[in-house]
Amino acid sequence: MEAVRTNEAGLRRDEWLERLKLFGLGSPAILLILVILVIPVGWLFYVSFIGADGTFSLENYERMLKRKSYARIFQTTFEVSFLTTGLCILIGYPLAYFIAGLPNRIANLCLITVLLPFWTSLLVRTYAWLVLLQKRGLVNEWAISLGLWDEPIKMVHNMTGTLIGMVHIMLPFLILPVYGAMKAIDRDLMKAASNLGASPRRAFWTVFFPLTLPGLFAGSLMVFILCLGFFVTPAVLGGGKVIMVSMKIVSNIELFVNWGAASALGVVLLVSTMVILWIASRFLNLEKMTGGGH
Amino acid sequence: MLRWFRNPATETQITHGQRLWLYVIAVITMVLLVTPTLIVVPMSFSDSQYLEFPPETWSTRWYDHYFGSPEWMLATRTSFKAAFLTMLVATPIGVLAAYGLHCSKIRFVRAAFVLMITPMMVPVVLVAIGAFYAYVQLQILYTITGLVLAHTVLALPLVVIVTGSALKSFDMSQEAAARSLGAPRWKAFLTVTLPQIRFAVVTSALLSFLTSFDEVVVAMFVSGGDNPTLTRNMFNALRDQIDPTIASISTIMILVTTGMMVLAQVFGQQKTKSK
Repeated sequence: MEAVRTNEAGLRRDEWLERLKLFGLGSPAILLILVILVIPVGWLFYVSFIGADGTFSLENYERMLKRKSYARIFQTTFEVSFLTTGLCILIGYPLAYFIAGLPNRIANLCLITVLLPFWTSLLVRTYAWLVLLQKRGLVNEWAISLGLWDEPIKMVHNMTGTLIGMVHIMLPFLILPVYGAMKAIDRDLMKAASNLGASPRRAFWTVFFPLTLPGLFAGSLMVFILCLGFFVTPAVLGGGKVIMVSMKIVSNIELFVNWGAASALGVVLLVSTMVILWIASRFLNLEKMTGGGH
Repeated sequence: MLRWFRNPATETQITHGQRLWLYVIAVITMVLLVTPTLIVVPMSFSDSQYLEFPPETWSTRWYDHYFGSPEWMLATRTSFKAAFLTMLVATPIGVLAAYGLHCSKIRFVRAAFVLMITPMMVPVVLVAIGAFYAYVQLQILYTITGLVLAHTVLALPLVVIVTGSALKSFDMSQEAAARSLGAPRWKAFLTVTLPQIRFAVVTSALLSFLTSFDEVVVAMFVSGGDNPTLTRNMFNALRDQIDPTIASISTIMILVTTGMMVLAQVFGQQKTKSK
């Protein structure tokens, strides 16, 4: 009896060791992320609480509250993020709906039009819009020759250009999860709804649309979070007129070498991102979205 | 043709004619998604200082300028080198981590998984300035090593997610069978599990390559000096003026990306055939 028990304990220990060893396989990845990402970002947290005289102070945060320019930057950031997310929903949802209703082979072809920009370098796409939207660009030229407007309109180096570029870059992030949600819907439900007398519109809004909400929510969240920290597109297409938080962080370091100010902005950006993710995670299963968990 | 308009298109008996507006919007959206990128290709062969479409006179002068410029060539070499090395580092590390997390059932697995996808959630500007600071301390600023390590961190979440979800649909009892027949764990993994998740592994590798190749913000901070990346130089050029050379570089970058996508497709088809 005694021998069996020790054997059991031994087995349990062996199993635990085995699991620990397996877990150890992840250690290179964990180590790398800790050294390159977590520790430096932790240091940024620390620096954000150090004032110009080298002691603990909240001056970096106070500056953000006091100066109007900072308030404007946060306002711009949220404005751009909300508008981009909203436009992506308005444009992306109908397209996802259209593709989801097609036979598989044609649907796959249409999906390529979503995936192609998704894979293409963001810088290349931003550059393309810069070329197309400039004063002597294709859009102005064609619009004038078609008689849509008489003089070249300024569409780049301002909010319009930024939004056009951002929506174009973010659309796949919204379309793909929404499409996934739509594909998973049992279309017989729609048949049942109309069989029971619902008008097509009512069947759509009370049966189909609610079932796509998790996908829509996940996609919008993704777009919004990505927009908050976006840098390249507003920096190129905004032409200095659309200043978002990430751009201010970069200029604080590149131009003013002010680590305290940059870090404090970074902390606010990171914390708002995390808070949004945390709130969202209470409404939907984030792990399902990223494929994690067991 | 006319009958088609009156045919039902949905389960709720909406006809094609009634939802013609949806088709129009969808087609316009798809055209707008694809053309801005593709239009750069013919434009890059324009002879004019102002990129025109369609080009009045065709020429390869912007390509000549690109291939003749030592700076652009240096940047191109750096980008390819960094992307290739990132792929070589991120794929094995990420696959190992995904496998370890999948099999090990100890308590920290969830926390470790969250840690591994943080690079995707932290705004990339913060990753960039954090790495910049760390590299000054470690004295690896403006080196390929530093660039590859930072890009590896950015690529790891993709590898872990893609490989992890493949492992989840893989029947682990096959590996258990191999092991009960006497294969050591590593051998069981290499000969039984790995061949069956190879599509996910190849996809992870390609994604890692592209992550590094297309990355701008981190490269802006930690690449430079003797090792500037293509994207870094492109971004700096874009801030000044619209240089038509960039159109030719963009075309080459589109080619690289499309090539990668085709590769992924080819591997995917092999997988379905062998089943």
